[in-house]
Amino acid sequence: MAEIIEANSEAAVVEAIAAAAAAGRPIEIRGAGSKAGLGRPMQAGSCLAMTGLSGVTAYEPEELVLTAWAGTPLAAIEDCLTAGGQALAFEPRDLSAVLGGTGLQTLGGVVATNLSGPRRCVGGAVRDHVLGLRAVNGMGELFKAGGKVVKNVTGYDLCKVLTGSFGTLAAFTEITVKVLPAAETEETLLVLGQDAAAAVRLMSQALGSSANPSAAAWLPGPLAGRSEAAGLSGGGAATCLRLEGFGPSVEARRRALLDRLGSGSQVVLLAAEGSRRLWRQLRDLLVFVPGRPDFALWKLALRPSDAPALVERLSRLDGALPFLDWGGGLAWLGLPCGDDAQAAAVRDAMPAGGHATLVGAPAAVRASQPVFQPLPPPLAALEARLKGSFDPKGILNPGRMVATA
Amino acid sequence: MEMPIPDAGALSRRRQLIDGLRAIVPGEGVIVDEHELAAYESDGLTAYRQIPLVVVLPETALQVASILKLCHALEIKVVPRGAGTSLSGGALPLADGIVLAMGRFNRILAIDYADRTATVQPGVTNLAITNAVEARGFYYAPDPSSQIACTIGGNVAENSGGVHCLKYGMTTNNVLGVELVTIDGEILRIGGGALDAPGYDLLGAVVGSEGLLGVVTEVTVRILPKPETARALLVGFASNLAAADAVAAVIGAGIIPAGMEMMDRPAIHAAEDFVSAGYPRNVEALLIIELDGPAVEVDHLVQRIEAIVQDCGATVIKTSTSEAQRLAFWAGRKAAFPAVGRISPDYYCMDGTIPRRRLPEVLDGIAEASTRYGLRVANVFHAGDGNLHPLILYDANLPGQLEAAEAFGADILRMCVRVGGVLTGEHGVGVEKRDLMSEQFNEVDLCQQRALKTAFDPPGLLNPGKVFPLLNRCAEMGRMHVSGGALRFPELARF
Ligand SMILES: Cc1cc2nc3c(=O)[nH]c(=O)nc-3n(C[C@H](O)[C@H](O)[C@H](O)COP(=O)(O)OP(=O)(O)OC[C@H]3O[C@@H](n4cnc5c(N)ncnc54)[C@H](O)[C@@H]3O)c2cc1C
Repeated sequence: MAEIIEANSEAAVVEAIAAAAAAGRPIEIRGAGSKAGLGRPMQAGSCLAMTGLSGVTAYEPEELVLTAWAGTPLAAIEDCLTAGGQALAFEPRDLSAVLGGTGLQTLGGVVATNLSGPRRCVGGAVRDHVLGLRAVNGMGELFKAGGKVVKNVTGYDLCKVLTGSFGTLAAFTEITVKVLPAAETEETLLVLGQDAAAAVRLMSQALGSSANPSAAAWLPGPLAGRSEAAGLSGGGAATCLRLEGFGPSVEARRRALLDRLGSGSQVVLLAAEGSRRLWRQLRDLLVFVPGRPDFALWKLALRPSDAPALVERLSRLDGALPFLDWGGGLAWLGLPCGDDAQAAAVRDAMPAGGHATLVGAPAAVRASQPVFQPLPPPLAALEARLKGSFDPKGILNPGRMVATA
Repeated sequence: MEMPIPDAGALSRRRQLIDGLRAIVPGEGVIVDEHELAAYESDGLTAYRQIPLVVVLPETALQVASILKLCHALEIKVVPRGAGTSLSGGALPLADGIVLAMGRFNRILAIDYADRTATVQPGVTNLAITNAVEARGFYYAPDPSSQIACTIGGNVAENSGGVHCLKYGMTTNNVLGVELVTIDGEILRIGGGALDAPGYDLLGAVVGSEGLLGVVTEVTVRILPKPETARALLVGFASNLAAADAVAAVIGAGIIPAGMEMMDRPAIHAAEDFVSAGYPRNVEALLIIELDGPAVEVDHLVQRIEAIVQDCGATVIKTSTSEAQRLAFWAGRKAAFPAVGRISPDYYCMDGTIPRRRLPEVLDGIAEASTRYGLRVANVFHAGDGNLHPLILYDANLPGQLEAAEAFGADILRMCVRVGGVLTGEHGVGVEKRDLMSEQFNEVDLCQQRALKTAFDPPGLLNPGKVFPLLNRCAEMGRMHVSGGALRFPELARF
């Protein structure tokens, strides 16, 4: 069992990492641990717990900016924003239902994993909303990156590099994010019975039109049935298009979409509450729950136009159930895990330019299979140098992203 | 402006360099003649000039790779260049370095309407991307005012913005991938195949890196469906404070307009004198607020904003009812720079960002400094995102005025940092703001950034003398180096 060091202040983070660096001792950086099962399992003698470093320190709705300590629970931030009529536009996911955990997650963990929700295909990823960071590098040095205003190009954009770095480059202490007005209302159109090819065509048309959906997903029959959304119990596939915005605008765009679909389509309309529930289910991958015990979860990123062929290839794998998000630019795949999460077959099925991440699997499988897509050697070498520029001794979350050579 | 002292060794290898370059890029692609080199001596920051050692105009990524390998071997510095419109001296040549001019990379390689992407060479102009896709109802959103001239490669390097980036984001939010050639001649593909790339976000590091990390030889951008309609409001106020309040009130009401620009009295008058846009002359501040989207939405928001600005004490409210009128509202703002150029021999454009609520005190501070330096100033302002463009009026032919304008500008930027803002919102640091970096960042912050540079460009040959203060030595840097290519502590897992 690793020694737990509670970080209750920025100074404590500096002290803990500096001590680990001096001793050349690996240290795990941990938020609420909700995504501890994402990434390669690692062994570190000590664990720096960030949940004590908590609290929103500045929220200025009119500046579109919020600053909080990295260990602040996401729920606290969302409460704060809701009161101001705003939201995190990247729709952070809560994966506790599929990965385990209590549902508690910290802002630091959200930024470190860069997992963006359904709105990502139009509203940008976590990385697009991180404006500034204070962080401690692998030498125990506190530094800042970015700023606390929405528009800034001063120096390198280290915030982007640090977002999604899974605690391997630095421990964040304070984070400033861009926040945006919450949509006044929303609704979702469900188009029933389309196969993946027809669905991707429709989603691409819609996303490329002034209907401007804020999310577009396709659920095959078995997963659609699990969503409990009105009209989806029939067992057929569903293409889901979410419209968000001001009331009159949503209404006009819905009419435009319906005109485009014509009378031949079978369409169900989910009003605000039903729409919210469905997208929460997709965001948090609840359609995979209850999953089988022997379950692996993959996140597959690709170009939307490659999605139908991918779905077709995946259908040949044993027990594979994919659904499409981001208009086809993202596939979530659940399948029986076995010894290896069918890693070779899944990565084989990926189109050129796409990449696969093993988001959920038992630790032994995540230790034996690359969790993240292996990079071509020149890129891997550059990333290793980048890692060295933040953490020359390799003490921060060692092995979390890439196995030891 | 102090630049690193030219390296005598590099100067002495000029002959060898030219021969090497000619072997890579045949014909007219290597420029050595003093008169022809003069065409490259400066960029949009014309106060600084320097004749480069040589200019080379490659056409393929392979040529770029060979050129960088050659420069690496000969220890010659490299300044990448797009259209040369940088306002921060990012493309300012070095006496002992080549200019790698990317103008021949001018082809649009692929447009994919289904996936809503365009892949282009870096020398393609920003506007040419929109021109290529608009027949199908698409456009490329970031729209720097220089868009007819500036290149997408330059946009990537500077992370350029424009009046519409309030709603649609900066370059970094609209680029999906690049092909990048590193100083050792490696051709890397970073992103481009999906919305997110695996591994660390190298793309995020490259965008905005001002030509210091690698040479971009291909760019994949997102294209968006063109909004159905756009309408603009022209709103006048009796004080800057009232205008700033109105901006906050619009955003506070949950509305993110496509653009929200502000001009102060001197800027309004200069613009009106120049293009007769119909701006009211009897106001202290003017807002141009643009809404775009489906007509129903735009009309709805126009009404809401009319009510909001009324509440904030607007003295003039005009709403465009035709495309011609909308364009007329913009005409004055778009002509603001040349309009100021008409009333002053020279002007110097600043680019700090501030938290918007600090605007009144910053404008007061600018006015006070204007008196102190005896130089007039006109303010245009991307009000929605707090990005200030004070234009300092001076006459370079009067001894001391350029220096005074620079000192005035530096005072403004220091003030931006002091109120919680930053040195640059979209124009980049370049040589211009290099020595002010330590106002915003401490030694450790700067060394962490320099360490990133070292990871990409270990010999430090790409665009040196830009972005970082010359005095920032990073004594700590040695610790971060991977010595001799070997990682220390090889027994430890890396990441
Ligand atoms: C009148 C005017 C209005 C402007 N308005 C705006 C505005 O509204 N918003 C805004 O953001 N900017 C604006 N600018 C600034 C300027 O146009 C932008 O910074 C633009 O992106 C520069 O593009 P360029 O092709 O001219 O690049 P250059 O000026 O040639 O180079 C800029 C930087 O990019 C690097 N670079 C260029 N190409 C490459 C490449 N292929 N690979 C690697 N590095 C490269 C150079 O080394 C240099 O550091 C304006 C400039 C002018 C003159």
